[in-house]
Amino acid sequence: MKTDDLVALLATGIAPVQPHAARRRIGQAVLVGLPISVAILFLGYGVRDDLASAILLPMFWVKLLFPLCIAGAALVILHRLGRPGVRTGWTWMGLLLPIVAVWALALGHKLTGLLIDQIPVVQGVSWVTCVMSIGLISLPVLVATLRALRELAPTRPTLAGAAAGAMAGGVAAAVFALHCKELAPASLVIWHLIGMVIPTLAGALLGRRLLRW
Amino acid sequence: MKSDAEIALHDLFTRGLAGDAVAYRAFLQKLSAHLRAYLGKRLFGWPDEVEDLVQECLLAMHNQRHTYQSDQPLTAWVHAIARYKMTDLLRAKSIREDLHDPLDDELLVFAASAIDASDARRDLAELLQSLPDNQRLPIVHVKIDGLSVAETSRLTGMSESAVKVGIHRGLKALAARLRDMP
Repeated sequence: MKTDDLVALLATGIAPVQPHAARRRIGQAVLVGLPISVAILFLGYGVRDDLASAILLPMFWVKLLFPLCIAGAALVILHRLGRPGVRTGWTWMGLLLPIVAVWALALGHKLTGLLIDQIPVVQGVSWVTCVMSIGLISLPVLVATLRALRELAPTRPTLAGAAAGAMAGGVAAAVFALHCKELAPASLVIWHLIGMVIPTLAGALLGRRLLRW
Repeated sequence: MKSDAEIALHDLFTRGLAGDAVAYRAFLQKLSAHLRAYLGKRLFGWPDEVEDLVQECLLAMHNQRHTYQSDQPLTAWVHAIARYKMTDLLRAKSIREDLHDPLDDELLVFAASAIDASDARRDLAELLQSLPDNQRLPIVHVKIDGLSVAETSRLTGMSESAVKVGIHRGLKALAARLRDMP
């Protein structure tokens, strides 16, 4: 087929294209994935029974909002990576800043000697559960987001997959915070962070394979 | 400053995205000439690949046209896709290091245009025949014969939405087959 014939073929019978496809597709992915993640928490884990008193603790909110900041930053990055020729620029800082902030918080605790009491808890058996659970809860959002990205055009598939994983991990860690009673900053900066890193790595590996177009 | 080509192409493309087939066709024609010149210069040692890659880029840009936002420089969008497709090809050939000209300057993508097309090595018409009926028939009737979606629906017994989906999936399948061909 000659290129002119291809041009004629492509231009024939076209329909108007809806704008903001990237925003809509990624938004839909979150709307599909998030309820399933929340359902996994409710059915498989249950919400912590002392939620009413926990919401008075600042650390509860840190544990909820830190991963949400990560998810929000990843969403912004994803919205750019899904479209060719859009630079990510400084948006990566959005991932870094919350991490620096919680590490500063945890180190501050250590300086006041509080962390020493928490070490046995951090090294306790619950960390495996914590990391694995965040990974599991992230799956619906990760799968939905990768599907959405397949409808977009990421020219850096590995990075786009990683951003999808970071968003899914952030959402999952925030959802898991409704169950997990562990409030030590050290557990947040280590295990919840690792819980988010694992979906990120999984997303990068999957993105490399699945997001070529 | 925006180049004249950027302004003209942007105008045609945004009208095309709104559903103006005449503007869209003019856009694709001008775009293919720019791509031919741009890729021809960079694939200096492989003239046979140029027209194939022009077609692959056109098909990719058409399939992903919903990812363009009109506030973005069109040059950047076109360049990113052309570069992605070229890198893919070169990676497949493992000849990346022999690249004649750097890929990096996106402003060059509209710098020149070449009207004379050589023949493509891979035949899209033949590839089209290899698609399943529910993708091939909608493409043949709507995109080649110029029938409406409603007429195609009556002719094939497929629902109108199945016709639209068939076109969409069929063109994506063609792009995937082009990509995976040696």
